[in-house]
Amino acid sequence: MTARSFLVRGLLVGLLAGLASFLVAYTVGEPHVDTAISLEESAPAGAAEADDGHTHSHADDGEAEEGVTEVSRGTQRTWGLLTGTLAVGVALGGIVGLLAAATVGRLGRLTPRQSTATVSAIGFTSFALVPFLKYPSTPPAVGSGDTIGDRTAWYFGLVLLSVVVAVLATLVAVRLAETYGAFTGVVGGAGLYVAAMAVTVLLLPTVNEVGSFPADTLWYFRLSSLLTLATLWTVIGVGLTGVVGRLHERSVAVQARRELAASL
Amino acid sequence: MSSAVATPAPEVEIPSIPLAEIAPWALFFGLLGTLVLFFISADQGAVSIPAGTAIHEWVHDGRHLLGYPCH
Repeated sequence: MTARSFLVRGLLVGLLAGLASFLVAYTVGEPHVDTAISLEESAPAGAAEADDGHTHSHADDGEAEEGVTEVSRGTQRTWGLLTGTLAVGVALGGIVGLLAAATVGRLGRLTPRQSTATVSAIGFTSFALVPFLKYPSTPPAVGSGDTIGDRTAWYFGLVLLSVVVAVLATLVAVRLAETYGAFTGVVGGAGLYVAAMAVTVLLLPTVNEVGSFPADTLWYFRLSSLLTLATLWTVIGVGLTGVVGRLHERSVAVQARRELAASL
Repeated sequence: MSSAVATPAPEVEIPSIPLAEIAPWALFFGLLGTLVLFFISADQGAVSIPAGTAIHEWVHDGRHLLGYPCH
């Protein structure tokens, strides 16, 4: 077991996760993106949003502003989407792989398989789920171009803080478990994370730019978005847990053979 | 499959990888991965490197469906 073997496995599992989340996003999510865009295009000018600095693509838009590249809807919803999910899948897969490498043998008495599953679960919760609960994804036509700077800063600020607090809470959990047992450790660490994030989320500004956008389309879009994220992380988590387990079993077998050979 | 759970093995040594060995991999790939995440999730929204809208337009649907602030 080396850092390299974890990274390579993470990248491959991430590629698979990107592909799986593309399939989910394309079949479950795209119909609602299309509905949102057709609403956006049929809305009377200036009614739903001020259309300034808003570079969303409309295939039939006549105006060709300088420096504005148009990508057709047909490309956005297929190759564009695939590019996004594959790249995010590979990047996250690699990062989770290396985190799994760093935690093997360091999370109490968890086996490599168990610690990898734990890392993936913490990753999904802190990097995707908690930020989503505060700043849920928005379909096209929701969100003003004026606030994109603030919303981007708040979103990524929350992601960064959430991941840092999750890492600290995990370290606290490991320490607590050494002295007071696994139950106290897990409850203490998880409680610390939940309490810290609850305060953070309450302090951060809330974004509500939904306006008169239909509630059912918004709900289905957000549900499909969460499903896409859950697919990405589930495939990374389950896949990496499986291959790390096999990696460990192989290294145990090699070790046993060495010891047997040495004893002869 | 899960024989590790069934058989009580009290002193199974779980090997760990030295952090010094992981550090260069983590530094290099951490930066690379963060860069990839930045270009897919946020570039040409609030911050534009390079200027234009080509990247934003290309990954537009992925950005919306993966939950990143798009526009």
